[in-house]
Amino acid sequence: MNSSPQKFEDLSPTGNSGDGESLTVEQAIANLESADLGLRFYAAWWLGRFRICEAAAVTGLIKALEDEADRTPEGGYPLRRNAARALGKLGDRQAVSPLIACLDCSDFYVREAAAQSLEMLGDPVCIPALIKLLQVGLQGEELISQPDLSQPYEAILEALGALRATECVPLVKPFLEHPIELVQYAAARAMYQLTQETVYGERLVKALAGEKLQLRRAVLADLGAIGYLPAADAIAETLAENSLKLISLKGLLEHQVNHTATNTLSDGAIKVINLMDSLL
Amino acid sequence: MNNSDLAQILIRAVEEADSSDRLLDAVQELAAAGIEESVPTLIAALGYNNPGAAVAAVDGLIAIGEAAVPSLLELIDDYNYSARAWAIRALAGIGDVRALDTLLEAAKTDFSLSVRRAAARGLGTLRLHQLPAEKVESVQTQVLEALLLISQDPEWIVRYAAVTSLETLAIAIAVTLPDQASRITNQLQQLLDNDADVGVRTRVEFAQQKIQQQQHQEMFAPKRKLQETEVEVPHRGGGRR
Repeated sequence: MNSSPQKFEDLSPTGNSGDGESLTVEQAIANLESADLGLRFYAAWWLGRFRICEAAAVTGLIKALEDEADRTPEGGYPLRRNAARALGKLGDRQAVSPLIACLDCSDFYVREAAAQSLEMLGDPVCIPALIKLLQVGLQGEELISQPDLSQPYEAILEALGALRATECVPLVKPFLEHPIELVQYAAARAMYQLTQETVYGERLVKALAGEKLQLRRAVLADLGAIGYLPAADAIAETLAENSLKLISLKGLLEHQVNHTATNTLSDGAIKVINLMDSLL
Repeated sequence: MNNSDLAQILIRAVEEADSSDRLLDAVQELAAAGIEESVPTLIAALGYNNPGAAVAAVDGLIAIGEAAVPSLLELIDDYNYSARAWAIRALAGIGDVRALDTLLEAAKTDFSLSVRRAAARGLGTLRLHQLPAEKVESVQTQVLEALLLISQDPEWIVRYAAVTSLETLAIAIAVTLPDQASRITNQLQQLLDNDADVGVRTRVEFAQQKIQQQQHQEMFAPKRKLQETEVEVPHRGGGRR
């Protein structure tokens, strides 16, 4: 099938992109309509990766959200997925309505990419559509009895938290009990953002002591995203790569700087700096 | 049981560990023993893709110190960048000046940002006072040139690490190379005004504070010395009682 976008994400723009070809902006936009489906898929990824915010790129990618040509054997839409991911990175709000429409797509990964990109675009107009999708897993204000895996709950919960959709606290809360740990963490992260109650931050701190490296990595990202200062020491001490701890602590530092009115560095900021220095 | 026997037992435990938890425990025990013979095994543990074990091994290598430096320089892994980053971290923690060329090279040219980050940090933690006095200034100049370059790295964390080392160097050269000090303060100000990253800008602010505090202390230091002497004289004179 198509090459994984993650594989490319790790490369720096100046690095040799190996088998990936180098494109010009014009070529990439034109390639979105190439007869070669592989070229379309790659062009959509490329426009997002290099944040080509030109109007023609945005229009081309929005059009690609309705692509019917590129299908997986399971019925997925690879080009739509990449176009949806790219549109989140380009920051053009014209994409909001078309992405909301993608939340109804039959392909799980298109819905997931759309939710992630709607979070990045930050327009609260998408909140009702996200809530509708969240409710698939709920019966009233409880999880439906059979654990539901049909929706990208992790992405939906993160988006609702980031968009400060405080009205949906009762709908987010049940997901703290979801059988999938990553979904629980996304719910805790969102609950913290929506309520600022430390109990949810502490839940994430506790998860840093968990067994699985993959999960600890995810929690590092969550704590960085919410800038939860009391987690600083636990972040520095958890068993994970220093690179990920540093990114997480940077989230805490930015939060300190952005939420402190004075011109001098707060004690919290200095504490985080000292921990970061020790991890370099 | 002598150290050598103990080392063999602990090394075998690392080699035979069959789960990531056991590996972590075994490396921690080996590192805590602090036996020179364990250096190759600790270096190997940097490459096991087990961050907990790697942290323990780095700590162990730093505790062993200078005796671990030749092996670290020799066994540095050119093909595994995460192992290389941990090895550079160990060299930075030890601070032995024999690592200078390796750190300079890694900070400037390694493709991996975690290696460049660790090396940029290491350039600030080298114990330059180990050098013969006549060499200190030329090495400091070399490090300064490298750090000015690295503080323009495309990755925020490498610039951040370079700032920590510029801070240390600024304080050190205030005495040895005072006419070069403005190159650091100018570069820090450039970063504060123009860097795209809040984390880097905040670290610059912190570095500027530290450097200023140091200058402040130095300005008042002669006075304090004078006072101490003044205090000392009557004290000595106390013997006349």
